[in-house]
Amino acid sequence: MPTFEGFMYPNEIELQWSVLIVLYPFLTGLVAGAFILASLERVFRVEAVKPTYRLALLTALAFLLVAPLPLQLHLGHPERSLEMYLTPHRSSAMAMFGFVYLWYLMAVLVLEIWLDYRRDIVMLAQSSTGWRRLLYRVLTLGSYNISEAALDLDNRVGWIITVIGIPSAFLLHGYVGFIFGSIKANPWWSTPLMPVVFLFSAMVSGIAAVMLIYMVVSRIRRTPIDMRCVDAVAKYLFYTFIIDFTLEMLDLIHRIYESDESFRSLDFMVHTRLFLSQVILQILLGTVTPILLLAVTQVFKLSEAVRKRIYSLAGSLTLIGILAMRWNVVIGGQLFSKSFLGYTTYKMGLWAREGLATAIVLMLLPIFILWVLVKILPPWPEKEKGLLSHAASAGD
Amino acid sequence: MNLSRRKFLILLPAAALAWESIKAGTPEAAPNYNVSQHWWAMLVDIEKCIGCGSCVRACQKENDVPDGYYRTWIERYRISEVDGVENIQVDSPDGGKNGFKPSNEQGLKEFFVPKMCNHCADSPCTQVCPVGATFASPDGVVLIDQKYCLGCRYCVQACPYGCRFIHPETNTAQKCTLCYHRITQGLTTACCEVCPTAARQLADLKNPKDPIHEYLRTHSVQVLKPHLATGAKLYYNGLDGAVR
Repeated sequence: MPTFEGFMYPNEIELQWSVLIVLYPFLTGLVAGAFILASLERVFRVEAVKPTYRLALLTALAFLLVAPLPLQLHLGHPERSLEMYLTPHRSSAMAMFGFVYLWYLMAVLVLEIWLDYRRDIVMLAQSSTGWRRLLYRVLTLGSYNISEAALDLDNRVGWIITVIGIPSAFLLHGYVGFIFGSIKANPWWSTPLMPVVFLFSAMVSGIAAVMLIYMVVSRIRRTPIDMRCVDAVAKYLFYTFIIDFTLEMLDLIHRIYESDESFRSLDFMVHTRLFLSQVILQILLGTVTPILLLAVTQVFKLSEAVRKRIYSLAGSLTLIGILAMRWNVVIGGQLFSKSFLGYTTYKMGLWAREGLATAIVLMLLPIFILWVLVKILPPWPEKEKGLLSHAASAGD
Repeated sequence: MNLSRRKFLILLPAAALAWESIKAGTPEAAPNYNVSQHWWAMLVDIEKCIGCGSCVRACQKENDVPDGYYRTWIERYRISEVDGVENIQVDSPDGGKNGFKPSNEQGLKEFFVPKMCNHCADSPCTQVCPVGATFASPDGVVLIDQKYCLGCRYCVQACPYGCRFIHPETNTAQKCTLCYHRITQGLTTACCEVCPTAARQLADLKNPKDPIHEYLRTHSVQVLKPHLATGAKLYYNGLDGAVR
């Protein structure tokens, strides 16, 4: 039984939502952010970020496939989860998750990736052998027409899907924020800013993740990093981060200035139980430091090597900061009593069903899925694919 | 299937009986009980509660509540005041199941507050349930379908009063049912039945003869956290402003 101080309602001492529920908004955030970065190239014609376009889409898919797993593992009766599709309760914010998720997965992401890769899939279906040939033939869905006219149509439909995809990505993560923000019983969560803060933090984390993955993958493939691209991505990260930080500070200042009945309780928590995760990890290390680092790259002319290091550091710190933010929202929101008279603790088990080991596996799983996706659908431009196969055979 | 007319006529009453048995699962089919004629609530008179814990024990026994979880509990408030600043101390050892050790401190305002599900008319817990496993019955009782609950715990988060818990064996949400199995049979709840001072009283707001109407008219009655507009139907007489 967790230790607590002050007074908690007797049923409140045990935390209801564990580290797995921390991962849920973190993973969906990465999905939304990665997709929005991809859409920059497609819809807003930002040519500079093109090298990350396909990688961003595959990253979004890899994380999206894992996103429902923490929820599923958390349920008391996972075997009943299909009921959310079959008999959804229309007044429930959570009930819409399945539909928003499916819409985003099937109607947006998978479709956009398929259209974008269709030419490659058809060519691979013709050139590969064995089980790969079978796989690509299945992926063609029977459509082998890669004439100019067909590809032009693919392109136009893909553009429309991306246009639909942007509000869908906003919906996906804004909706996750709404799940928390609409709980009036919990003043730590209950704010209309929550979906907006979640959305911008999602964009920040997704952009940072794709930037890091691109740099790491380039290093693994021993291909030069396109600095024009990384500079552009870093610039978008910087601007989005400023909006995100402004919103979070607005929320904080509003709470301090209003000082309603919950304030003393929340203030106490930030200064004690959440000091490390909120003040140190989230705000100082995970937000202020990367913003300052990125600001330096915007103001001063730095060498390529220094910029790469700064981007890597800023990107990593950003991800730590956003993960800490999710932790502070989900876990922080359960550490105080709704009576505002006491505080409980959260002890994360190591091997428990909802413990640290499960969380680590769920964090690594999307990386593994991304690796598989990249193997099946290489996101690199064609001229580099030869290099890849050469490198792969050299590695073998 | 080859069914003769004779066999069909024999089977018909059996099918009708089976259908009746299915219908008996709904409160409407219970004899002498009509859901549309009731709107249940509860009245708690704080001035009468002596914190004996009988209600908590009775509830646990009646509803097989696991140890460490509570469908009802009692809180003891001890409030001191120095230079206009209130110091609020609250405790509820084992949910007040075994009563409270007497306090020797002098000059305190001390009282007991029995708590349980407020059976809110606009309950946040039913609103958030993703599959509708938690629902409000037509007679104003918030119930949970144990065979339908996913165990997602969203309702536990949404309840402002801390009344819900996840049963460690069934992995589903549980809380006070207002002893629905009793009140639909014309009985009162287990907690009300054992209360030695009648501090708890089941009330039927749709029954014009229920003394609750007169009580509400003549007393200053309050609900918990009224600013949340949950339509709580757990009415407290003598509720101190410090109570959360």
